[in-house]
Amino acid sequence: MGKSITKLVIALIVIVLSAYIALFGFNIQLSSWHISYPSALDADNGIKQGLDLVGGSVITYEAQADTATDEEMDSVKNVLRKRLDALGYNEATVSRQGDKKVRVEIPAIQDPEEAVQTLGQTAKLSFRNSAGETVLDGVDVARATARFGQVNETSSAVHYVELTLKESGKDKFAAATAAAASKPEGENYIAIMLDEQELSKPRVQETINSTSCVISGGFTDASDTNELATLINSGNLPFSIKDVELRSIGPTLGEKALETSLMAAAIGILLILIFMIVCYRLPGLIADISLIAYIAIVAYIMAQFRINLSLPGIAGIILSVGMAVDANIVIFARMKEELDLGKTIRASVEAGFNRAFIAILDANITTLIAAVVLYYFGTGPIQGFAITLGIGTIVSMFTAIVITKFLLKQLVGLKITNPALYGVARKGGEDRA
Amino acid sequence: MLKIVEKFKIFAPISLAIILIGAITFGVCGGFAQDVDFAGGMTMYVEMGKDINLDELNKLVIDSTPEGVKPTSQKSDGTQVVIKTTPISTEEREALQKAIIEKYELEDSAILQVDNVDATVGGELKSQALKATLIAAVLMLIYITIRFEMRTGLAAVICLLHDILIMLAVYVIFRIPVNSNFIAAILTIVGYSINNTIIVFDRIRENYAKNKRAPFAETVNASIKQTLTRSINTTITTLLPVIMLFIFGVTSIRQFTIPLMVGLLAGTYSSVLLAGPIWVFLKQAQVNRKKNRISKSK
Repeated sequence: MGKSITKLVIALIVIVLSAYIALFGFNIQLSSWHISYPSALDADNGIKQGLDLVGGSVITYEAQADTATDEEMDSVKNVLRKRLDALGYNEATVSRQGDKKVRVEIPAIQDPEEAVQTLGQTAKLSFRNSAGETVLDGVDVARATARFGQVNETSSAVHYVELTLKESGKDKFAAATAAAASKPEGENYIAIMLDEQELSKPRVQETINSTSCVISGGFTDASDTNELATLINSGNLPFSIKDVELRSIGPTLGEKALETSLMAAAIGILLILIFMIVCYRLPGLIADISLIAYIAIVAYIMAQFRINLSLPGIAGIILSVGMAVDANIVIFARMKEELDLGKTIRASVEAGFNRAFIAILDANITTLIAAVVLYYFGTGPIQGFAITLGIGTIVSMFTAIVITKFLLKQLVGLKITNPALYGVARKGGEDRA
Repeated sequence: MLKIVEKFKIFAPISLAIILIGAITFGVCGGFAQDVDFAGGMTMYVEMGKDINLDELNKLVIDSTPEGVKPTSQKSDGTQVVIKTTPISTEEREALQKAIIEKYELEDSAILQVDNVDATVGGELKSQALKATLIAAVLMLIYITIRFEMRTGLAAVICLLHDILIMLAVYVIFRIPVNSNFIAAILTIVGYSINNTIIVFDRIRENYAKNKRAPFAETVNASIKQTLTRSINTTITTLLPVIMLFIFGVTSIRQFTIPLMVGLLAGTYSSVLLAGPIWVFLKQAQVNRKKNRISKSK
């Protein structure tokens, strides 16, 4: 009995403490020694809050063409990223969506109209000399390709960008490189500009009288060369982009949405906790502790992986909270039946778990199948839902099968064997137990 | 003794009636009431801060938007108004915002929410959700066939379709505009419904294995009775947070909880009252066919 109570108390302390840290974080400072963990609700380090919860704009751009290649869409994506940075929206995210869409999310922006317009403009690529005069236009560029290898016989293999010009640009480029090469150090370059932003400023060593040349040096890895190449290619994309979807939620509304959702969740969970105790007594209390552990684990996972939580995501969580409690309900219902058959508490707990396990497993695996399929085939909101549902389902199985079982066993070890405490009205039951 | 199987003749027509009314309304009214998410268009929520004359606002909205975009404005929560048009360009939207802000002397932050969606966008989301749901249904059917048997899988998937159809019907009948949150709600119910049904079938599987000679109806009735408390309790615990979201949530969240509540109730209804009887029906058909085959071969 002594062992059980120690285990039980330790488990309780661990669960309550982790739940507290998950929700509120901690920050301890003892002179020079400093340790902290962010709260899951922390906007910067905790769970990433969806724009429908905190306010901001989601803009979806679509290529105005029947088809677009992966490379072209990557170009669009990189251009949008550059422009967002130029506008000062460093927090914004850009992601590909489907075959020919790019989704831009800008948090906490009040008036997105200007951003929508600036972002959606056709990219303007130009090559300029040190005096700022345009020497070559985007239309003269055939394509840029990221490569890896030797740029001449003596050098070692490096990352470089191969620039191919159209015939129309060959003479202009030859003249420009001749002029640049003759300039003193510091001015002997041709800047590659996208809109008004400098992409690269390669030095020109000699006249390049060819439709192809190499930009090398200063690239540390393939992503650098890829980025430059896609940005240069964006200068002559065969299509324009259009904002097909704009969703803008003012910060006031967003704040209110998050606040009220959290309050609703808190009250909802509180009601579940009460309901479980009323219906299932002592095991109900155990289920409540399990549910708290469940919430803590889900919060940790979501914060650790910076998972984006938006409205559909909340739906996934609600559903999985329901299922987490359900697994407990299934177990207790079985236990009650065993008790009704006149078995001892210990035997009933064991049998209840064993019988409920298969049902819980099958029910959760089918739900998991749904989550995986939705994640795989969906985008945006559908994926958000699938992620939280998937995490929730796995964690709920874990808490029901491991934590609830552990706690219940300690309880039995405490020799609390009055069936009334287990929600069973057994006439003269105590005598039989 | 609970006689769920025998009362199938009452329960099934209730569902069918709702679905049928939905289908008729669908035909008469020409489909769903679609929100901008699917129909395409612009929605703007503005906090006016005071009670305003709607006619006056309507006139302003019509004056400051191009012809042919069919603008309307309505009162929403409290002093909020919602303005809807067909899709308009960024410049046009900006002009409209400016006009409203100037006329009513509002701050920029009074514009609570703006959605502008091209008609093409919604179609993609819909087809994605449909495809994913169908594939998920097939995979679940396979899993349940392996773990149980095919008729159980069929019955579970029929119940799943039932729940989705009921949700769609309620939306059509009450002319609630469907949007992308509605899709999320349907997906939620896909997960919930199957989970709920499996628990009932797990019990049927167990009882059937104990006594294969018992009439199917008897086995199913007993199984439903044994799982009834659990079914009801689970529905209550899942409904609790949803109801709280409905009570406290902002408009968009509240809109999202309505289909969830409908779906949760439909899911419980189908898993308790329909799943078992459908299984009995399929099983009985299987047995009858076998009998026929045996008598023919004689």
